[in-house]
This record gives sequence, C-alpha cells and structure tokens, in this order.
Amino acid sequence: MKVIIMGCGRVGAQMATMLDQEGHSVIALDTDAYSFRRLPPDFKGEALLGDGLDEDVLRRAGIEDADAFVAVTQEDNRNVMAAQIAQKIFNVKKVVCRIYDPLRRDLYSVLGLEAISPTIVLAEMLKEKLES
Amino acid sequence: MYIIIVGGGRLGYSLTKALLNEGHELLLIEKNADVCDKINKELGSICLRGDACETAIQAEAGTGRADLLIATTGEDEDNLVACQVAKYRFNVPRTIARVRVPRNEQIFKQLGVDVTVNSTNIILERIEHEVPSHPLTHLFCLTGDNREMEILEIRATAGSAAVNKTLNEIVLPNKVVLGLVIRNGEKPFVPRGDTVFKSGDQIIAVAPTNVEEELHTLFSGK
Repeated sequence: MKVIIMGCGRVGAQMATMLDQEGHSVIALDTDAYSFRRLPPDFKGEALLGDGLDEDVLRRAGIEDADAFVAVTQEDNRNVMAAQIAQKIFNVKKVVCRIYDPLRRDLYSVLGLEAISPTIVLAEMLKEKLES
Repeated sequence: MYIIIVGGGRLGYSLTKALLNEGHELLLIEKNADVCDKINKELGSICLRGDACETAIQAEAGTGRADLLIATTGEDEDNLVACQVAKYRFNVPRTIARVRVPRNEQIFKQLGVDVTVNSTNIILERIEHEVPSHPLTHLFCLTGDNREMEILEIRATAGSAAVNKTLNEIVLPNKVVLGLVIRNGEKPFVPRGDTVFKSGDQIIAVAPTNVEEELHTLFSGK
C-alpha cells in the first residue's frame, strides 16, 4: 500500500515508522525539515518537504496513485482541507484525518470525511482507566 | 439581511463598517479579544469573540438565520472551514470566502464555497493592468455553470499573427468570442469578419481560461 502522511509530528512519524516496518511504501510530508528527525535512521520511505495543501506538492508526493492519505498536522483546519483535497479532488480511496475539536469532527463525519478526534478518544480512555 | 463576517482584520473591519452603513444586521466574529474590544468600542456591540470555525460559536452567533457569511481572515483553510460549517451545519444560503493562495480558488468552489474572492489575483491584475506593455489582462471571471470562462482584455502587438489580418483570416481557439475592439479613442465597435486588427487595438474577449496562452501567442507573439 502506498500511503502519504501529512504532518511528521509525533503521531505522523510514529505512524510512518510503523507502516514502513510493515513493508508499506510511505511518504512523510512536512513543511519543516526538522520534523523528519523523528523518522528512524532505517526508514525506507520518502521524507518530502512541502505544503500538503498545495496540489503540486501532493502530485510530487505521488497522490495520483496513492492508496491512502493521512492528515495529522497540528491544525484542524489544515487537516480538514488537505483531507478534502485528497478525497474529492484526487479521489484517494482511503482518507483519514485528525480533528481535535469534537464538534468539527462530527460535522465532517456527516460530510463523509473519516476523522478521529483524539480529544474524545483520550478522554474516554482516561475515564475508563479511572473506572477500572 | 443578516450578515456574519468572520475575521476583524483590515478587510473584515472595513467591510463591517461599509455594510453597517447600508443598514444590514451584522455580526463580526473575531478570535482576538483586544481586536474585539476595540471594534466594539468604535462600532457598538457587534463583535463576538471566538473561533468561527467552531460549531458552538456559529450557533451562538445565530448562524442558522443568517443570509450570508463572509470569511475574511488571512488564512485560507480557516476561511474554508468557517464557510463549510455555515453552509453544511447551518444551511446558510450564501457563503463568500477570501482566498489568498490563487490555486485554492478552484478547490474552494469544488468544496462548496459559493463565491471566492482572490485578493492576491485582484492586486496582481490591477498592477499588471498598469504596466503598459502587458498584453493580456483578466477583467472578470464568470461564475455559476460558466466558471471556466472569463472576460479578458487583449492588446494587439505589432508583428503578431493577428495584426494586419482580418477576423476571418485568423484561427481563434475554441469557444472564444471577440466582443469589442477599442482603437485610438474611436467609438468602440464589434469586430466583423472583415475587420482588420491593428497594432495597439484593445480587444475585449470572452474565452475559456485554458486558452489564454493561445490568445496571447496569436495577438502578442512574434
């Protein structure tokens, strides 16, 4: 599977590493080259410097034949916009993004975007720990 | 009309003032508390502090009964989300977004924003227009079903393929109509088959955006 991951922060880099180790073809995209320090030395994928909201950068990342796109930058709105570009303009089959704001996540879920709100997920997990 | 403006920067502030003068009911949503206070002191309590990309803030603003939402912040992605929340969550009939990165204009339209205003291109075109030698100026982009069409001003240049030829003799790209020729302060006229183009003619044309290059070559290329 060819996967583009936009945002090489802790989550993005972790995911890129995991998928790479499983043998997938991974392209990690970030606007700050310093972020790529989080990728392990034996990372076989590609680290690409560029803005994931830019169609040209996405094409260079190979979005036209990518199987999946993941948007995990720090900004909800950037993730939402990039994910919609991947889904609606490049017709990538599997698109997932992170939206911290639970209400915004609900709205975009209704609009057909697969989104995870770490806020809800983490709050639920912590609550579960308290109750166990 | 109830209008919501997102972003209290220079553009949002000026727009708010102008629309208030026209007698509209208006609400400005601005993130920054200081900016918000300043505007409220000057224009009366019309500024709500908060992030307009949040559903809760738009609910508080009464977006459900708004006729129009205009997103004017300097961040394209914020303008997109503010418009999408208004449109898809609160069914606002018309959303307008300021776009700073020109390539985003098309994306925004595909993602449901009704109208985009590309501030970068407007400034660029105004300046281009003032450069006397510039052969091609975008005057207007059509909207709705014909959004791939635009109205252009072309300046015919000596030595190009079209100059000293009649309209019948030149081959125009597909779907192009030359609507008007303006020459030496004469009365503007509609070109006919036997009209001979002269160097310096200003031609107003309606054309698909993707044939610009061809038109440029025809009227200005050597």
